[in-house]
Amino acid sequence: MSSSRTWRPGLRGALAVPATVGLLFLLLPLVGLLARAPWSGLPDLLADPAVRQALQLSFTSATLATLLSLVVGIPLAWVLARVRFPGRRLVRALVTLPLVLPPVVGGVGLLYAFGRRGLLGGPLESVGITLPFTTAGVVLAEAFVAMPFLIVTVEGALAGADQRFEQAAATLGASGWTTFRRITLPLIGPSIAAGTVLCFARALGEFGATITFAGNFPGTTQTMPLSVYLALETNPEAALALALVLLAVSLLILVALRERWLRPART
Amino acid sequence: MLAVLTLTACGQSSGGQPGPGTRLSGETTVFAAASLTKAFTELGKQFEAEHPGTTVTFSFGASTGLAQQVLAGAPADVFASAGKKNMDLVVASGSISDAKPFASNVGQIAVAPSAARKVTSLADFSKPGVKVALCQPDVPCGVVAQEVLRKAAVRTKPVTLGLDVKSTLANVVSGEVDAAIVYVTDVLASGNKVVGITIPAAVNSSTPYLIGTISASDNPLLAKAFADSVLAPAGQEQLRRAGFSSP
Repeated sequence: MSSSRTWRPGLRGALAVPATVGLLFLLLPLVGLLARAPWSGLPDLLADPAVRQALQLSFTSATLATLLSLVVGIPLAWVLARVRFPGRRLVRALVTLPLVLPPVVGGVGLLYAFGRRGLLGGPLESVGITLPFTTAGVVLAEAFVAMPFLIVTVEGALAGADQRFEQAAATLGASGWTTFRRITLPLIGPSIAAGTVLCFARALGEFGATITFAGNFPGTTQTMPLSVYLALETNPEAALALALVLLAVSLLILVALRERWLRPART
Repeated sequence: MLAVLTLTACGQSSGGQPGPGTRLSGETTVFAAASLTKAFTELGKQFEAEHPGTTVTFSFGASTGLAQQVLAGAPADVFASAGKKNMDLVVASGSISDAKPFASNVGQIAVAPSAARKVTSLADFSKPGVKVALCQPDVPCGVVAQEVLRKAAVRTKPVTLGLDVKSTLANVVSGEVDAAIVYVTDVLASGNKVVGITIPAAVNSSTPYLIGTISASDNPLLAKAFADSVLAPAGQEQLRRAGFSSP
């Protein structure tokens, strides 16, 4: 790339300092965790069925929450970016609200909506659906907190995408659905991938909304972040080790996802 | 040197109790179990009124977390713990050498008003369709719940294990679960938001509460005076009113 060479030489140096500060700030707490970690106890911990159960539950629920976010989040992002309707700005702000809401408050809100005495609690119960204290509840709590990450990313890409390709496809006779599938989606593919990774990562680390809405029970609702918190109260060493396991596995997945999904976009 | 001499002199002349001649002043920070919030806030006000010029600041939280904070050198002068294990940890580290039990809290069933007819005794915990919340077994209220259920030979499958007694109670208050085992003090403090059912003494269990002053305190005299006020008749009366039993 020649563009980087056309930058004034002073700028690179000037930006390198705050960039390094930023990097250190993000990495130092992780280094702290690594330095204090009881490495020798790790194999035992990984062999512990309870830890494996929590890990498995975490990945299953985060995956389902991400899928749910994709199914309803991408259409929502599309509507927000492409359809003009009154109050669009307000709706856009409302959609991002879970980003700033303390997750515990989000969990309380979910209870008031889907709980036994919530707005939809009666109708749900009459058809035999209970969400609080179930794995489905974990998925909902995670999706509530994580979906905005996907929506914001995808909506930004849609707003910035060149609409002439879609118009061209339409003039060539492609139906709206075909255009969306064959033109729009590939165009914003990298952003969908990035949003998906962000959404998955946020879902994986979710704590507040989960504990409030879905509760804490091993095997059904006790995800890794909950186990880490519980261990922190009683056995800080184990908590560190658990956190490391979560960190390592997440890193592995994030790297793998990036490799797989973002590579075609670069070429 | 002079300060040390004065301190020792004070301590000896009054036999550990600040005598009428000693004027207490300054600030003291008390780390106390979350269940003590109401009783200790009242006690703190009384103490400040009796000793003008003193300020008592509280940090309430789960005893397990508070113990970790004290071990990490948090600026506490007094530690009041629910459960002996947490105090033992701090004593073992050498931070406290004068730990004394000052109260105990017995278990009680809290029932959501909407489930008052469904749950009337401990035996109902095993009925299908009754949603139960318990504290997770590592925290003091979880230990009490396990012991009560064991003694009463009641088998139950809780839908959730609360991180502490307050979050367990919150599940009952919101009506998301039908019943939980919490402390007498919690039921008393929540007024008519939950219905309390007494657990028979023969199968009940309790958590001891211990108080001690941090050796490294900047104001050991004041710290000790506050701890003593908790053990004094007026302090005990305040705790009794909140539902605590004698140690």
